[in-house]
Amino acid sequence: MKRVAVIPAYNEERTIGTVLSELRPFVDAMIVIDDGSRDATAAIAEREGAIVYRHFLNRGLGAALGTGMEVALRQGADVLITFDADGQHRANDIPAIVAPLLRGTADVVIGVRTKNKHAMPVGRRIANTMANVITFFLFGIWTSDSQSGFRAFTSQAARALDLARYHFENMEVSSAILSQVARHKLRFFEVAIEPVYTSYSLSKGQGFREGIRTFVRLIIYRVLH
Amino acid sequence: MLIQYLLILFVFFALSRVVMRAKAHEITTREFLFWFFFWLCAAIVIAWPNSLNRFADVLGVGRGVDVVLYAALVILFYVVFRIFTRIERIERDITLLVRRKALEENDHEPR
Repeated sequence: MKRVAVIPAYNEERTIGTVLSELRPFVDAMIVIDDGSRDATAAIAEREGAIVYRHFLNRGLGAALGTGMEVALRQGADVLITFDADGQHRANDIPAIVAPLLRGTADVVIGVRTKNKHAMPVGRRIANTMANVITFFLFGIWTSDSQSGFRAFTSQAARALDLARYHFENMEVSSAILSQVARHKLRFFEVAIEPVYTSYSLSKGQGFREGIRTFVRLIIYRVLH
Repeated sequence: MLIQYLLILFVFFALSRVVMRAKAHEITTREFLFWFFFWLCAAIVIAWPNSLNRFADVLGVGRGVDVVLYAALVILFYVVFRIFTRIERIERDITLLVRRKALEENDHEPR
C-alpha cells in the first residue's frame, strides 16, 4: 500500500521544513505543490526530500490540491493524504486517519478538529460551525469540520473526485470535496485529530471577508454543478 | 426636457463610436447592425417617450418608460451572469494551463 502525502504550499518557508521532516516517516512519498510562492518554500521542500511541482501563478488551494492529487495518482498511490503546510496537523495522527481506509470501511476520511472542543479558539469555532451548517444546507452532508485540510482518500475515491476537472479557488474546495463525496456515494468517516494552533497557523486561516467570499462562491458552485 | 437632450447627445456619441469601430473593422457587420439599431431605438424612445405606451398597455405595465427600465434590468442581470460564467471558464482554463506546465516541467527534469 503506497501512501502519498499531498501538501499544497503557498509561501510556507517558515514551517514547510519541519512539517515535511515530521511527515516523512509516516508516508512513502511527499508531493509538495508550490502554488506560486515567492519565498524559499520549493527549495526547502526539495531539500527535505519532497517531490516539488511548481505552479508559476498562484491558483489557490483548490487548484494546488487538484494538481497534487493528479500527481499522486500518476505515481501509483494507493492511499492519498492531504496535509497542511502551516504546521497545523500532527504527522502522528496519520495512522489513525489511514486506518479506516486500510480496513476497507471507508473511502474518504476527514481529520476533524472539533472533537476536542477546547483546542480551538472561540472565534474559529463559531466560523467553523457556520461553515458546517452552510455545507450541510448546500450539499446535504454533515461533518463536524467541513474546513479541515487533513484528509485521506483511497485511490479509487481520489479518481472519482477528479478535483482537477473543476476550478476552486480557495477554501471552498473543502466543502466541494464533501459535495463530491455525497454525489459519488463514497463512504466517509471522521477521525478526531489534535490540531496545533500557533499564532502562525491561525494567521493562515480565512478571515471574515474571505469567509463571505467562500460562501458566495459555494452557492454559485451549487447552482452551476 | 433637458434630460432628453442630454441623453440624445449621448446616443449620438455612442453611435459615432459604433460607426468608428465598424470603419476600423474592429466589429463585424452583424455587430455593427445590432448596435446601430440598438442606439437608434434608444434615440426614438428618448425623443418620443410615449411611443412605447401602447406596448406597455399590452404587457400590462403602467408606462412605456417603465417597460424600458424593467427590460434593461433583466438584460443587465443576464449580461452579468454571462460575464460571470465566462470569467469562471477563463479562471479554470488558466488553472489547467498552470497545472499542465507544472506537470511538464517535472517530466522533463531528470531526477
